[in-house]
Amino acid sequence: MALKIVKGSIDRMFDKNLQDLVRGIRNHKEDEAKYISTCIDEIKQELKQDNIAVKANAVCKLTYLQMLGYDVSWAAFNIVEVMSSSKFTYKRIGYLAASQCFHEGTDVIMLTTNQIRKDLSSPNQYDTGVALTGLSCFVTPDLARDLANDIMTLMSHTKPFIRKKAVLIMYKVFLKYPESLRPAFPRLKEKLEDPDPGVQSAAVNVICELARRNPKNYLSLAPLFFKLMTSSTNNWVLIKIIKLFGALTPLEPRLGKKLIEPLTNLIHSTSAMSLLYECVNTVIAVLISLSSGMPNHSASIQLCVQKLRILIEDSDQNLKYLGLLAMSKILKTHPKSVQSHKDLILQCLDDKDESIRLRALDLLYGMVSKKNLMEIVKKLMVHVDKAEGTTYRDELLTKIIDICSQSNYQYITNFEWYISILVELTRLEGTRHGHLIASQMLDVAIRVKAIRGFAVLQMATLLDNAHMLTGNTQRNGICEVLYAAAWICGEFSDHLEDPLQTLEAMLRPKVATLPGHIQAVYIQNAAKLFATVLRAQEGVPDSQKAQETSQLLIDRLPLFVQSANLEVQERASCVLQLVKYIQKLQQKEVAVAEEVSALFAGELNPVAPKAQKKVPIPEGLDLDAWINEPPSESESEDEKPRAVFSQEEPRHTRPRHTEVDEKELARRREARKQEQANNPFYIKASPSSQKVYPEVPGVEHIPVVQIDLSVPLKVPGMPMSDQYLKMEEERRQKEKEEKKKKEKKKKKEKRGRGRKHESGPESEEDITPAHTVDIVTEEMPENALPSDDDDKDPNDPHKALDIDLDNLVVGASRRPLADSEKLPVRTHRPTDILKSPVEGAELESVSQEPKKKSKKDKKEKKKDKERKKSKEEKKKKKHKQEGDDELEEASEEPVQAGENPVAAALPATAPAEGFNLDFWLSNVPVPSNKQEATVPVLPPALDAAQVSEPEEHKDMEPEETKFSKHKKKKQKKEKEDKKKKKRHHRHHSDEGGDESVQNGTVEEEEPLPPMSNYCLLAENSYIKMVYDIQGNLQDGSQVVVSVIFENKSTSFLKSMEFNVLDSLNSKLQRPDGAGPHDGLSVPFQLPPGVSNEARFVFSVQSIVMPQKLKGTLTFIVKSEESSTHEKLDFKLHFTCTSYLITTPCYSDAYAKLLESGDLKSSSVRLEGVSMSFHHLLARICFHHHFSVVERIDSCASLYSRSIQGHHVCLLVKTADQTVSIDAKCDEPSLLGNVLDEIKQTFSMC
Amino acid sequence: MVAGSRPTSCRNYRCWIERLNHITESKTLKFALEKTTEDMEQQIIRETFHLVSKRDENVCNFLEGGLLIGGSDNKLIYRHYATLYFVFCVDSSESELGILDLIQVFVETLDKCFENVCELDLIFHVDKVHNILAEMVMGGMVLETNMNEIITQVDAQNKMEKSEEATLGMRVSFVTVYSIAR
Repeated sequence: MALKIVKGSIDRMFDKNLQDLVRGIRNHKEDEAKYISTCIDEIKQELKQDNIAVKANAVCKLTYLQMLGYDVSWAAFNIVEVMSSSKFTYKRIGYLAASQCFHEGTDVIMLTTNQIRKDLSSPNQYDTGVALTGLSCFVTPDLARDLANDIMTLMSHTKPFIRKKAVLIMYKVFLKYPESLRPAFPRLKEKLEDPDPGVQSAAVNVICELARRNPKNYLSLAPLFFKLMTSSTNNWVLIKIIKLFGALTPLEPRLGKKLIEPLTNLIHSTSAMSLLYECVNTVIAVLISLSSGMPNHSASIQLCVQKLRILIEDSDQNLKYLGLLAMSKILKTHPKSVQSHKDLILQCLDDKDESIRLRALDLLYGMVSKKNLMEIVKKLMVHVDKAEGTTYRDELLTKIIDICSQSNYQYITNFEWYISILVELTRLEGTRHGHLIASQMLDVAIRVKAIRGFAVLQMATLLDNAHMLTGNTQRNGICEVLYAAAWICGEFSDHLEDPLQTLEAMLRPKVATLPGHIQAVYIQNAAKLFATVLRAQEGVPDSQKAQETSQLLIDRLPLFVQSANLEVQERASCVLQLVKYIQKLQQKEVAVAEEVSALFAGELNPVAPKAQKKVPIPEGLDLDAWINEPPSESESEDEKPRAVFSQEEPRHTRPRHTEVDEKELARRREARKQEQANNPFYIKASPSSQKVYPEVPGVEHIPVVQIDLSVPLKVPGMPMSDQYLKMEEERRQKEKEEKKKKEKKKKKEKRGRGRKHESGPESEEDITPAHTVDIVTEEMPENALPSDDDDKDPNDPHKALDIDLDNLVVGASRRPLADSEKLPVRTHRPTDILKSPVEGAELESVSQEPKKKSKKDKKEKKKDKERKKSKEEKKKKKHKQEGDDELEEASEEPVQAGENPVAAALPATAPAEGFNLDFWLSNVPVPSNKQEATVPVLPPALDAAQVSEPEEHKDMEPEETKFSKHKKKKQKKEKEDKKKKKRHHRHHSDEGGDESVQNGTVEEEEPLPPMSNYCLLAENSYIKMVYDIQGNLQDGSQVVVSVIFENKSTSFLKSMEFNVLDSLNSKLQRPDGAGPHDGLSVPFQLPPGVSNEARFVFSVQSIVMPQKLKGTLTFIVKSEESSTHEKLDFKLHFTCTSYLITTPCYSDAYAKLLESGDLKSSSVRLEGVSMSFHHLLARICFHHHFSVVERIDSCASLYSRSIQGHHVCLLVKTADQTVSIDAKCDEPSLLGNVLDEIKQTFSMC
Repeated sequence: MVAGSRPTSCRNYRCWIERLNHITESKTLKFALEKTTEDMEQQIIRETFHLVSKRDENVCNFLEGGLLIGGSDNKLIYRHYATLYFVFCVDSSESELGILDLIQVFVETLDKCFENVCELDLIFHVDKVHNILAEMVMGGMVLETNMNEIITQVDAQNKMEKSEEATLGMRVSFVTVYSIAR
C-alpha cells in the first residue's frame, strides 16, 4: 500500500514536466481553468517533497503558469529553495522563476541576500551570470545596498561574460541605491575602454542611461565619448553614443560645433540606416542648440532634410515613420527648410498607416503660415470627411483647431473663415471634442471683437438648426457647441438680426433634452435676449408686441422649472418670476427695457487661464490661518456632502456672472459695479481702466470694420468655408496687383535706384488680414508671480542620481570618498581580518588611477546654479572632513608625491585630449613640438567662465564679453606682431579699443582701453616670460599658471625647463615619477621671434595670503655656430586675486548672502581716481575676477568667489574722483589682501 | 489601485518583451516592470495583442505608446513572423531601427538554438527561450547583440546542464530506490 502511494507520486513527478503541462493545457482548451487548478494542486504536492529535482520541476511549471497570469507568489519560498540549489540546472530554474515572480514587495527577498552573494562569488562563471541576470529583475534597495560592493568587484572580473553583466546591472543598483553611484563611477568609466566590445557596450549603455536623465553631470565625459565615437565600429555603441551626444549638446553648444563634422562624415559614409537616422537626429539636436553663427549651418540642415526626405520617400514604412518623426524636430527651429517639403507631408496624410498619418499631422502643425493655412486646413477638412475611424477623425479635428489657434491665432487672416470652419466641424457626428469647438467659438467671439457680428449670426443659425446637432443627444459630444452658440447669441445679442426668432429657438421644448449645463446657459441667455428684444420693441408704439414676447417666455419657461437639473430649475424659476413681474409692469405701461437690460450691462473681458493662480498673496495674509474659531468636528462633517455637489458640474464656473440671485439682482448689480471699480481684474468701459491696462485697448478704440459682404452670409444650413478660400485668394491677388502698381509708380519715381524685390515670392508680411482684427490679449494680474509650474515628478528615481561626479573623478586620489560614501561591506568574512575589502578596492583603484590621469584632467566648467550649490555643500563637507583626513593624507603624502602628480605641464601630458573640457572644446590647435606648429597659441580657455557661459554673461555685464574679445584681438595682434618681427613688451596695443568699436559691442559709454592680466614674470635678452594665474573652480586647491614664453633673440631656444622651489603652501604639480625638485620640461621649442604658452598646475593649501615662489627657467640657446646653456630666475607672485574666480551671481542670491550675516566687512577708499566709473568697474572685474551683480548710476555691487568657495562681495561707490569700496567676505584676511591688491591696481594708473 | 500607481511604476521599465501568439496560445513574456501584478501583465498583453494583431502587413512596425505601456515616451516595436509576433516595448533611449535589428538577432538566435525554430518549439520550451533572452536583454537593458557570442554562452550553459543531468539521473534513481525500500 505504502509502496503504491510512493509509486504513484513518483509517476506523477516524473510524468509531468513543463512540456507535459503545456501539452495538457493545450488539450484542455474547454476547461483550461479547471485543468490548471488540478495542476496547481499537484505542484503544491511536489513542492512538499524533499527532492530538489522535483521541486525545481514544480517551480519551472509555476513559472509558466505565472506567465499565463496565475498568481504564484505563494510559492516564493520554494523558489528561494530552488535558487539555493548547488546545481546550475536548478539554480537557473530558480532564478528564472524569481525574476518573473519577485517584486519589491516580496518579503522572502530578504532571505536571498546571502545566497545571491554566494552565487556572485561562485567559481563557476555561469552561476554568477545567472545570479546577475536574476538580480537585475528583482533588485530592491536593500539588496542593492548589501550587494553593491560585490557587484563592483565583479566589474573587474577576468571573464568578460561576467564583467558585462556586472556593469549593466550597476544601473539597476544606482537606481535603487543612489549612494553607490559616486564610489562606483570611476570604475564604470574605466569600463568604457574595456578591451571586450560587449563590456564596453554595456558601460556605454549604463552611462548613456544615466546621462539621459542628468546630462549635465556627464558633460566632462564628452571627450572620451568623442574618442569612442571616432574609433568604434560597433553600430550599437555608436548609436548609443550619438544619442547621448544629442542629450549633451543642449548644455554645451561648443560640443555641437565639434560634433557636426564627424557626424556629417558618418551620415555620408554609413550604410546602416539605424546609424544614419541617429546621426541625423543628433545633428538636428546640435543645430537646435546652436542658436546661430555656424558658417555651414544651412548646409547641415539641408543635408539632414535631404536624407530625411529619402527616408520618407522610402517604401519601407518604418523609415517613412522615423523620417517624419525627425522632420518634426527640425521643424521647431528651422520651419523654412521643412516647409519646402509640404507636398511630401501632405502625401503622407493619405498613407494607409495611421501612425504615419498622425506624424504627418504633427508636422503640418508647424508648417502653416498665413499664406497656406487655408489651403492646408481645406485639405484636412477633406480628410475629416473621408476618415473612417472616429479616433483618427478626432485627432484630425483637434489638429485643425490646434493649427488654427496656435500662437494666439497668428496665422489666421480671416476670422470669418475660421468661424465657418468651426461651424462645419460641428457636422461631425460622434466626436468627443464638441467642447473644444465650443471653447474656440467662445474664445474667438470674445477676443476678436470685429468678428462678433458674423459669429453671432452663425451661432443663431446653429441654434436654429440645433435639431441637426442633437440627433443623438446622450453620446453625442457635439451638442457642446450649443453651449457656446447660446452664450454668444445671448451675450452679443445686439448683433442679432432677428433676436426674437433666436429667442424662440432657444426656448423650444426640444432644448429640454440637452444636457443640464447647456440648458442652464440657454435659460440665462434667453433672459439676455429677452432684454434686447424688449429694448427694440419698446420704441415701437404697439406695446402689444412686447407683451407677446413676455408671454412667450411665461409659456415656455415652466417646462424648465420642472427640470430635474437643479441649476436649470433654479435659473428657470428666477427668470420666470422676473418676466412675470415685467409683464405686470408692462400692463401698467411702464417702460422697463432700460432696467431689464441694465441687468446684463457691462463688458466681459477674457482672463488668462492661469491668472487666478498668479495673483500674488498680499503680504500679511495667511491663507491657512483660521479666520474664525475652528468649527467643531461635527460641523466639518456636515460640510462634506456639499463638496460633492459643487464638484458635480465643473463647467458651471464659466458663466460666473450669471449666478446671481434674482431677488437681489438689481441691488447686487450696483454693489458689483462698486466692487469692480476697485477690482483690478475687471475692465470696465470707463476710461479710467485704460490707465491701468494700457495694453488692452478699450472698446471704443477697436476699429469695427464694416464687413463687405459679397457673399450672402445666411446660407441656409451651413456656411461653406471654401468660399472664403476663394475670396481670400482673390483678395490677395488684388492686393498684390495694387502693390505692384504702387511699386511701379515708385519705380518710376526713383528709377535710378532700381529696387529689386518686387517680383519675389509673396512673403509672410505681405499678407494683410482681411479686416483689421484686434485679438484682445488675455488679462493677467499685475505683478503676476513667475510661473511656478513644476512638471517634475517628485517620485522620479532618476532625481536621486543627479550626483556631481566631476569632483570625484578629478580628485579621487587626493580626496578619498567620505566614509559615509563608501559602499557597505560585510565585516564577518574571515578573510577580512587583515584589511577591509574596501581598502583593498581603493588601493586597487588608486593604483589604476595614475594611468587614467589624462582622463581625470578633463574638467567640466559648466556652472549652473544648482551645481554650484551642490558644490558648495560638498566643499563644506570637505572642510569638515579635512580634519579627519589630514592624518591620513600626511602619511600618504610621500606615496602620492610619487604616484599621483596630476598632470603638471599640461600640454605635455595630455596633448591629445587637452587640459579640460573647455580646452578640448575650444578647437585650438594643440601646441606640438614641431617647428611649423609654433604659431602662438594663447589661452582661449583661460577665461573659462566667460567663454563657456555666453548667455549668462549677456545679461550680466557687457564689459566681460568685450574682454574675451580683447583677448582674441590680442591673439590676432600677436600674430601680426610676429609677422613684423617686432618686439612688444606688452601684449596689447592701444588700437584694441578702436577695434572693439568696430565689433559693435560698445554702448554709449566710452570704449574701454584694452587690458591684460598677463604680467611680466622675467626677462633677459633671450626670452621674455609673462604669466597669468587662474583659479580652478573644480578643485579648491589648484591654480593654473599660464606662462607665455617669447623668444626675443635670433637664435633657436630649446630644452626649456621650468622649475620652482615649492613652499609648504604651494607646490608645483609634477608628473609621474618626478622628484619634488625636478623641473618640468616645457613641451615646445621656440624659433626666433615666436612665442608660445605653457600651463603649469600648482596645488595650494591656504589661499588667504598672497605668496611668492622662486623659480628658474633653464634653456639652451642654439644659434648657427654654437649653443649655450642659459638660465633665468623669476618670482611667481600668487596674489589673492588669482584665487578668485569670476562667478556670476543673481541679485536675489546676492542679497540673501549679504543678509546672512556670516560675512565680515571691511572697506577702502581710493582717492584721485580719474577714470570713469564704467571703466573703473571694468578694471575691477577684469583684473580681480569680479562680476557685476547690479549697477545703479555711480554705485555697483560686485561678486566673486574663491576657489575654495569664499564669497567676496563688493559695493563700489564713486563721487568726485573718490572711490569707496565696502567689501564683505567670510574670510577677513583674504578680503584684506584682495582690497590691497585692488588699491594697488589703481595706484598704478 | 493599479491605474493610479501605474505611471510611476512604469517609468522604470525599459523594455519588456513578449512573443504573442494567437491569443489563447502560450505567450512568452518578460516584464522588467516594477510592481506589476499578474492581472496587469495580462491586461497589457491583451491590449498589445489587440493593437498589434489588427495592424496590416504593410504598415510601420512602431506603435505609439498608449497609457497602458507607460505613456508617450514608450513605443511598441514589433516584428511579425508567420504566426508569431515579437513585440518589444522600449523608451526613447533606444533606437527604433536598432530594436528591429535586435528582434531579428533574437529570432535568428532562436533559429540556431532550436535548429529551424517553429512555433511549437517556443511553446513547449518557454524556459529555454527565456534563457536565450537572458543573454540578450538583462533587466530591461540590451546586453549583447552579437549572435555568435549569445549562442556560445547559451550552448556552454546547456552543456553544463547536460553534464549535471548525468549525475542527476543517478541521484534520482537512488532516491527512488530509497523511498521504495522504505
